[in-house]
Amino acid sequence: MTARVRPPGYRRRRSVDLLAKVLGVLATAFGLFWLVWILYTTFRTGIGALAIDTFTQTTPPPGGHGGLANALFGSLVMSTMGILIGTPVGIAAGTYLSEFAERRPVWRESIRFVNDILLSAPSIVLGLFVYTLVVRPSGHFSAWAGGLALALIVLPVVVRTTDETLRLVPGVMREAALSLGVPRWKVTTQILYRAAAPGILTGVLLGLARISGETAPLLFTALNNQYWADGLGSPTASVPVVIFQFAMSPYDSWHSLAWAGAFIVTLFVLVLSVGARAYLLRNRIDSAA
Amino acid sequence: MTTGAPAATLSLDEVDPRTSARIARETRQDWIFRWLLFAAATLVLVLLGAAALSMLAGGRLAFQTFGWNFLWSDVWDPVGKTFGAFVPIYGTLVSSAIAMIIAIPVSFGIALFLTEIAPTWMRGPVGAAIELLAGIPSIIYGMWGLFSFAPFMAANVLPWVRTHLAGIPGIGALFQGPPLGIGMLTAGIVLGIMVIPFISSVMRDVFRTVPASLKESSYALGSTTWEVVWNVVLPYTRSAVLGGIFLGLGRALGETMAVTFVLGNSHQLNISLLMPGNSIAAAIANEFTEADSEVYLSSLIALAFLLFVVTFIVLAIARLMLRNLARKEGN
Repeated sequence: MTARVRPPGYRRRRSVDLLAKVLGVLATAFGLFWLVWILYTTFRTGIGALAIDTFTQTTPPPGGHGGLANALFGSLVMSTMGILIGTPVGIAAGTYLSEFAERRPVWRESIRFVNDILLSAPSIVLGLFVYTLVVRPSGHFSAWAGGLALALIVLPVVVRTTDETLRLVPGVMREAALSLGVPRWKVTTQILYRAAAPGILTGVLLGLARISGETAPLLFTALNNQYWADGLGSPTASVPVVIFQFAMSPYDSWHSLAWAGAFIVTLFVLVLSVGARAYLLRNRIDSAA
Repeated sequence: MTTGAPAATLSLDEVDPRTSARIARETRQDWIFRWLLFAAATLVLVLLGAAALSMLAGGRLAFQTFGWNFLWSDVWDPVGKTFGAFVPIYGTLVSSAIAMIIAIPVSFGIALFLTEIAPTWMRGPVGAAIELLAGIPSIIYGMWGLFSFAPFMAANVLPWVRTHLAGIPGIGALFQGPPLGIGMLTAGIVLGIMVIPFISSVMRDVFRTVPASLKESSYALGSTTWEVVWNVVLPYTRSAVLGGIFLGLGRALGETMAVTFVLGNSHQLNISLLMPGNSIAAAIANEFTEADSEVYLSSLIALAFLLFVVTFIVLAIARLMLRNLARKEGN
């Protein structure tokens, strides 16, 4: 038996390797640590601040007691508007990129490129854009403007997921339908959309998750309202903006309502984004085909 | 098909008029459908251009009034109607720099853990948990930062920083001042936490694209895991890793709510990272509805224009670098 010969520097290389692995584990623990801390704070303080009044009363005057009913309703209305405006346009644009742009590759790639940038563009800038586009000319803040700003955030998400999902649909499906003489618009709307529906729906849900917590684009479009909004054309409260206003205030009752709102928003957004991903995993095209 | 009888009588000239009418109708519908989709896709392009132009138009007054001084001056005086953007620009750059200093190594460590270190069963759940960080709305980061993290910094971290780092010549100036908790350092750390999931998920995804044969060749030559990552995986994915970092930087630069809470909204220029500061996005969020003069409003929109241009460039670089990887994958 000969003694094991170790190459020169072996011990040092092993130590470096071990150090890297330890640091990798620590980095992951570091990331998870913040997740746990943030969720713990939000859930513990938020659940403690929840009450029936939170859902039935309107936002209180400084220092008073009340709820978030008008803000919850405002968020619901404006998020719905954002989805209703952003989804059809997004699906149409995504369909064009995936299905109808083969003869304009440069145009297609430019739009994909710009869409990817819009996807991570600062949302406050989009809010200002809607301010100069809608609020300033019309002279007042409104739920319409807020919904439009949110639609601008939903749009690139839906474009991207539609584009990517449609590209996963097997080419034989298109060819089979076209060879039967089905016109392309029918192939697209009745066959491709049916196959791609889970992916597109996931995109819409992820878009909804994103806008549910968005604050910056609503600050200068829907503004805020202490009472029920007077129709879609007037300033409207939303949960994130109310959280912002209340958390920055010196009043304890406002703080506790802000925490209640933070809990509702966080829970909603997390359930939605986790649910959407789980749904997609189960209904993925490549696993079905 | 099975009867075969009509085949002899059918020729191209005798297509049933109803059939040709249907074909004409469907061709027209196809044309309309295609143009609708084309218009929707073009709208995406138009929106970006229109956003940039409207910011430029809105900020024109400020650019005209102050000229280049708008970029260099640190005077932000709503009463005297003089505006210089240096403090917010400085704050945006410094807080993003702190964020990147934290996020890049941590994200790399997480990607390393998720691709090389962790047992397979752990990779999915841990990866999903890290991505959950990206799902938390930024306003929640802001609230948590203001009510939990800033007091924690003030009580536990900043006193240590002051006693140990403030005395160092050169960089000591960065760590002087009262331990308020709110300030550039706190904002930078919160931003860093926020961009970790974006950078780490890109890194993880690109590390996975490295062909197993390359890694295995290196292992077969006796490399350690770290040597495989450093000498094979990283060189192979370099441009995409940089793309992921730029993507995170773009996020950090434009992040609004989280930093608005913990930055302190001060227009005083402070070298110390412990002192309150400002950022472009925070200044807009805080002051836009209070802007009482035309030039004030215009200055804020001009700030937004600067932010837009800078993030556009950063994100464009990110996409170009990530695109190179997609091409490599395709070959």
